[in-house]
Amino acid sequence: MSWGTVGLTVRYGRRTALSDVSVRVDPGAVTCVVGGDGAGKTTLMRAMVGATPITHGVVLRPAAAEIGYLSAGTGVYPDLTVRENIEFAARAYRARGRDQQRLLARTGLSAVDDRLGAELSGGMRQKLGVVLAMLHRPRLLVLDEPTTGVDPASRADIARLIAAAAADGAAVVYTTSYLDEAERAGEVLVLDGGTALAAGLPATIVAAADGQVWNRPDRPARGLAWRRPDGWRVWSDSGPVAGACPVRPDLQDAVIVAALRHRGEAA
Amino acid sequence: MWAIAVKEFNQLRRDRRMLAMLIAIPLLLLVVFGYAASFDVSSVPTVVVGPRADVVSTHLPALFDVRRTDSGQNRDDAVEALRDGGETAAVVTAADGSVRVLVDGTDLFAARAVSAGGNAAHLSVEVLFNPSLTTSVIMVPGLIGIVLVFVGTLATALGVVRERQAGTLEQLAVMPFRAWQVFLGKVVPYFLVAALDTAIVVTAGITLFGVPFTGEVGTFALGVLLFLFVTLGIGVLISTVSQNQGQAMQLAMMTLLPQVLLSGLLFPITSMAAGVRWISYVLPLTYFIQVSRGVLVKATPIGALWFPLVMLAVLGVAVFGLSVLRFRRDLAPKALR
Repeated sequence: MSWGTVGLTVRYGRRTALSDVSVRVDPGAVTCVVGGDGAGKTTLMRAMVGATPITHGVVLRPAAAEIGYLSAGTGVYPDLTVRENIEFAARAYRARGRDQQRLLARTGLSAVDDRLGAELSGGMRQKLGVVLAMLHRPRLLVLDEPTTGVDPASRADIARLIAAAAADGAAVVYTTSYLDEAERAGEVLVLDGGTALAAGLPATIVAAADGQVWNRPDRPARGLAWRRPDGWRVWSDSGPVAGACPVRPDLQDAVIVAALRHRGEAA
Repeated sequence: MWAIAVKEFNQLRRDRRMLAMLIAIPLLLLVVFGYAASFDVSSVPTVVVGPRADVVSTHLPALFDVRRTDSGQNRDDAVEALRDGGETAAVVTAADGSVRVLVDGTDLFAARAVSAGGNAAHLSVEVLFNPSLTTSVIMVPGLIGIVLVFVGTLATALGVVRERQAGTLEQLAVMPFRAWQVFLGKVVPYFLVAALDTAIVVTAGITLFGVPFTGEVGTFALGVLLFLFVTLGIGVLISTVSQNQGQAMQLAMMTLLPQVLLSGLLFPITSMAAGVRWISYVLPLTYFIQVSRGVLVKATPIGALWFPLVMLAVLGVAVFGLSVLRFRRDLAPKALR
């Protein structure tokens, strides 16, 4: 059975945090939610696990015991050791004795299992948060920014954990600001200002981007432009851009085009 | 310098609790020390018994506020009236013309006033329950209440707010727990710590300060249980309106201070101005002190303590109920749908 949201709207007072957002999360697959600051990614994750009231729409999720959740705050108790954090989560989910040692070893946390949560580095704390969320082999694994502020080696560890959870049959949905991670996801949802701009396979999202992306060495005087390592990207739907050559857009270009156009239309 | 001062004012303006405390605490202290903080006892609730009760009651000094006369009762009835807390002094008259004044030694200032007034009027005064008028005998039962307020309110509030600050409360909310399980899981450890603290303070009071334990343990335990019910509820309630431990600490202190000052622990409630005295009657510590002093020092039976016990139960249901509702709202937003 698939999980997700259908036409989900979340309002906080007069502010709309999410507007008519639908996302599908399939068992054994990884869905990635991308978007800039204030896009609504955290609200979507919280709504999916029932941590925030919803205004309209439907959330499809299993029972609480079958959900694993990493909140933006990692959910690690700073005044408990790694082992005690694990034991608490295992007791809460009645999952004692299962994969704990294997997960700890895989993330390099076995060596620090008597260290307090507050004494862990940001990356270790984040990895522990992911381990706590997937300890009980949930059917739906919801992770809010699991790789933000984490070094590349730890990011790779977390990516392996996520892939292992999906391989184990879990439906995984997570938010990220790193679009290279999203490129590897089975499904991507692009959010901006609480609205879903695009959804589907990364390649489908790239292919669906209309207009043409160009590259030039300096910033153009007009038009939608953004900086990339090899120059300035310019989007145009009305022919060639002076001094620029066409490039094949990647997911990052497609997401930026969608967000800039959405904001331009909204303005 | 001005930049910092302006920034400070802007922060202070938004910190409503701190602002309230900066205004409320001086006002509270002014009211308390102006109207409530009085050791002077000008009137002592008195019962006059014995065959010449009617005659003697009309000749007593003004200090004795005669509430009741009963010529059919004797000394035993008078002692019982003082034990039950109905009156503070009892005048026992005899057919041979002798008059003896009994006074409740747990009401320290009233007992001292009666001793002085009685001696001046050449009356024989006998102090009951705390004959040597030892301060620790009446302070320790009250301090048990302070310890329970401290652990029950402050520690509980901080414990729950710590979860919110660490971001783990949300994690608890999505775990397969019901709201009541989280609530009890948070409260029970503090309940046990407070119970242990009570045992330690009572034992220390008995062994170090010679405080008697003359009444029923069960009655005392019931009083502690009901009082903890209120203080733990206040603790959780504070945690639901506090975003961080600093705010929780401020609010806990704002509930602790009036209880210390207005519950009768330090100043006799009967000496407080009527406009302030009503505050005493909504403070749980006021009723716990009545139970604690009654059971420990006077061996007051449960039947005579029904009113403070019922008041603690009523306050407990009100505060605990409110805290459960607010805690549930914090923890289970799904239920709002």
